[in-house]
Amino acid sequence: MEFKTFVFYFLAAIMVLAALRVITARNPVHAALFLVLTFFNAGGLWLLLQAEFLAVTLVMVYVGAVMVLFLFVVMMLDINLDRLREGFWSYLPVGALVGILMLVEMVMVLGGGYFGLEAMPAPAPVAADYSNTRELGRVLYTDYVYAFELASLVLLVAMVSAVALTLRKRKGLKSIPPSEQVAVRREGRVELVKMQAEKDD
Amino acid sequence: MEAMLQPVADFFGPSWTAIWTLLKIVAIIAPLMICVAYLTLAERKVIGYMQVRIGPNRVGPKGLLQPIADGMKLLFKEIIVPSGASKGLFILGPILAIAPSLAAWAVVPFDDGLVLADVNAGLLFLLAITSMEVYGVIVAGWASNSKYPFLGSMRAAAQMVSYEVSMGFALICVLLISASLNLTDIVMSQNEGRFADMGLGVLSWNWIPLFPMFVVYVISGIAETNRAPFDVVEGEAEVVAGHMVEYSGMTFALFFLAEYANMILVSILTSILFLGGWLSPVGFLPDGFHWLAVKTAFILLLFLWARATFPRFRYDHIMRLGWKVFIPVTLVWLFVVTVWMMSPLSIWS
Repeated sequence: MEFKTFVFYFLAAIMVLAALRVITARNPVHAALFLVLTFFNAGGLWLLLQAEFLAVTLVMVYVGAVMVLFLFVVMMLDINLDRLREGFWSYLPVGALVGILMLVEMVMVLGGGYFGLEAMPAPAPVAADYSNTRELGRVLYTDYVYAFELASLVLLVAMVSAVALTLRKRKGLKSIPPSEQVAVRREGRVELVKMQAEKDD
Repeated sequence: MEAMLQPVADFFGPSWTAIWTLLKIVAIIAPLMICVAYLTLAERKVIGYMQVRIGPNRVGPKGLLQPIADGMKLLFKEIIVPSGASKGLFILGPILAIAPSLAAWAVVPFDDGLVLADVNAGLLFLLAITSMEVYGVIVAGWASNSKYPFLGSMRAAAQMVSYEVSMGFALICVLLISASLNLTDIVMSQNEGRFADMGLGVLSWNWIPLFPMFVVYVISGIAETNRAPFDVVEGEAEVVAGHMVEYSGMTFALFFLAEYANMILVSILTSILFLGGWLSPVGFLPDGFHWLAVKTAFILLLFLWARATFPRFRYDHIMRLGWKVFIPVTLVWLFVVTVWMMSPLSIWS
């Protein structure tokens, strides 16, 4: 077995096991951490395909930011495990139906004669100085620049609206803007009063 | 060197690549650990002198064996796992803290060609690995099943995610003007231009055209490593020692090692990205690793200096600095640099 194949099966095995644990782990925090492991191994698989930009972005965005905030929320929730498991049997038929449908769809797409993996020629090996980042950047900012800019605009709108929806101005806050605090001068706060000494009689 | 090692390589056969890489890793990690140990001593000494004290001076000549003594003490202490803790994660916490801070050293170049993994996407790799560092703190805080560690880890999560954004923008400016993600190329690109040809390399380094980014990167680096004045994660007055409250012995020492290894990492990265790495500041002196060491030591001194000088920030002020000051500054400077590069006045053609 080639070393690369070994690495692939190693990463894939950990990834599948971790993904299984995401849905079977009883504790939601453990499940979230297993999801982190899954993402990390998916990044490794992408590295094997010489897509280093995608791999690193997956780790940076999902592992480094999204899952941190996700964990943040999951840790704060007061989750009652018994209440969570209450509706298990009533939800099972619906869930199983959806799962089986998805499985059938995936088998139909990936298996059989439609996908034709054998007919696809293996990608040509790339030169040592090939940079996946450079290639992606070139395509994104030339051929697909309008679609790309549009997508970023949609994200910006989503971001602004998320802030606008959740922003609450609380009344009676005592916090002072730091710029005002820094701008304070002695004259504004201290008043020196000169007065005659009182006679002690 | 290659010819000398050839008989050894023949003896080991195909496994030689793995053995040779492992040896190189040891050659990086072992000096790093010694640096970490003596950085703790340097910190206590420097802050001692700044506060007109002597600092540790009892163990060994001039107190030079103090870090060894500290290490031995931590090594022999019992590791206590609280009964309510999530056991596996409690042990995993310190490991998750130290693993990324060591893994990041794989792509750090020490001299021209002297690097463990000379990869194209070195800067991206660093961004990804350093973004994993927060997990050690979060996992430790949650697994301890105690209030202060939990509060500490919540603070850490918010703080590290916030400052990572401005650090990322600073890195984007650097990679824009050097047009490469490879750290060796980034250093070498600072050796070009009018001043470098005149023999004044110090003026052609990135720190002058990117001065605001340089400042933002150093300050964000202090915040990322949870050092004073941004150390609310372990602020004694509020959360005792944050995520480290329940840890003892070697598990506590791992957090300590990770923190100091991260400090050295941020310093060496600042030297590589903004201060010309191993390049000599003037033309008539040769380039070499010693310049990188001097620059890194200077940035480390800044870390200690800041700790001895500034009082701890209030938490909302930390968040304000990260989101409302640094991110707008970096965004504006990113814009300025892109326009500058495209204009006829560009100095990076």
